[in-house]
Amino acid sequence: MKIKLEELRFGTELVKRGFAKMQKGGVIMDVTNAEQAMIAEDAGAVAVMALHKVPADIRASGGVARMADPKIIEEIMDAVTIPVMAKCRIGHIAEAKALEALGVDMIDESEVLTPADTFFHVDKRKFTVPFVCGARNLGEAVRRIWEGAAMIRTKGEAGTGNVVEAVKHMRIINRSIAELKNLNEEQTYNVARKFVERYIELAKLVKEDLGIGFVSDGDVVYEEYTLGEIIDGIFEILLEIKKIGRLPVVNFAAGGIATPADAALMMILGADGVFVGSGIFKSSNPEAYARAIVEAVQNYDDHSVVAEVSKGIGDAMKGLDVFKERLQERGV
Amino acid sequence: MRVAIVGVQGDVEEHVFAAKAAIKKMKIDGEVQIARRKGIVSKSDAVVIPGGESTTISRLIFKSGIAQEIIEAAEQGKPVMGTCAGMIVLAKSGDEQTEKVKLLNLMDISVKRNAFGRQKESFQVKLNIKYIGEFEAVFIRAPAITKVEKDVEILATFDDKIVAAKQKNILALSFHPELTNDTRVHEFFFKMIN
Repeated sequence: MKIKLEELRFGTELVKRGFAKMQKGGVIMDVTNAEQAMIAEDAGAVAVMALHKVPADIRASGGVARMADPKIIEEIMDAVTIPVMAKCRIGHIAEAKALEALGVDMIDESEVLTPADTFFHVDKRKFTVPFVCGARNLGEAVRRIWEGAAMIRTKGEAGTGNVVEAVKHMRIINRSIAELKNLNEEQTYNVARKFVERYIELAKLVKEDLGIGFVSDGDVVYEEYTLGEIIDGIFEILLEIKKIGRLPVVNFAAGGIATPADAALMMILGADGVFVGSGIFKSSNPEAYARAIVEAVQNYDDHSVVAEVSKGIGDAMKGLDVFKERLQERGV
Repeated sequence: MRVAIVGVQGDVEEHVFAAKAAIKKMKIDGEVQIARRKGIVSKSDAVVIPGGESTTISRLIFKSGIAQEIIEAAEQGKPVMGTCAGMIVLAKSGDEQTEKVKLLNLMDISVKRNAFGRQKESFQVKLNIKYIGEFEAVFIRAPAITKVEKDVEILATFDDKIVAAKQKNILALSFHPELTNDTRVHEFFFKMIN
């Protein structure tokens, strides 16, 4: 059958969100070279995140964290058959475009890297490749979804090996969705009005600077969108969340997951899957940890399996109980 | 009728939803269950292997014993459908990208993983499927069938690649009928139950 080229549609919402759905029930692992990527693939990872350094090392070394060297990303892409994701800085359109050109399968616009833009995230609808973004609460999740994210993950607190923040973010999002269900349309619209405040900050700052009044619904405030259009878009997403009782995109857990039991915990709390950053390759036995976490995610409600796979796999990453810099506060 | 959706990894809920919608539309009695462990597939009349990552799905179905149950169900003549990753797992052989994927060998086909390229080359298109008609097909890092043996019936091709095929009670699709609201593929599949 001959198909007319114009009937072929790339990068539609269905294709982007569909990609994220194929990752469900899976573990996505941070890797820094081809060898690690192959270990992850053999252990049953559904995808790998190609990085220059794992978050624990980014945290330890300080300085500005940027997109990984494209050469490393390409080597990883050549080494495995599973999807390869890579991180760009928040709001760094050029890094994101470069990653898309490289052919990565998903871009993580991530707070783990140093943000490039304090006002805005990337307009992800303008890309063919799907994006995942972090969120601590419903407002952040809904804004990212409106911007075109095909997948949400909790921010947690990357590089700490401490699951507490990921749990907090998952609980906050779940609770917010439950609260949303009790609201009528007018109340929901007010939530939408509150959620868009982040988009006004730049316009407000400038108007105040120039002493020329307030931001109105007709003002273009982000990319080509007026404030009114953003409110309508956010309102529509909120109505959909109310109706289906969950986020309209896949929601993974990330940021501090270090053990099979941590991964199982996040699944019990309703995560669709899990990102493991430093937890695999900062443990004493990466292969054993990778396999055990994959099995714990699949069998999260079979506690004897979680117990079994946790046996004798060596030491988990050391972890941090207190940390002076909270990466999660980046990009709200 | 009892339908088992193999639920070790992938877009399992989407298949559950599509199967339930098809059952409702066909006005038949049916129950849809997710098989995350063994014991469910063996008690079902039809089995669906969803989309996901074939390396992961294959590893987990063989480890859990679900694979053996799928093979037995297929040998008993029960319909088995695989979409995307599920199609790869059903195959007899594959290209070098399937080296790490243990196959069920239930269908006399050879498959190529990521036959259309990476995610940015993924697409949706109106596809003409034999017995079903025009269908909005979503291809995500999709595989294709590169070779079929004589008992295999080709149901759809796209860009000179085979993207849907049937061999007796086994149905394999490169794309994801579960991602749209169109239930005709699932209805066709359920009609394959004797």
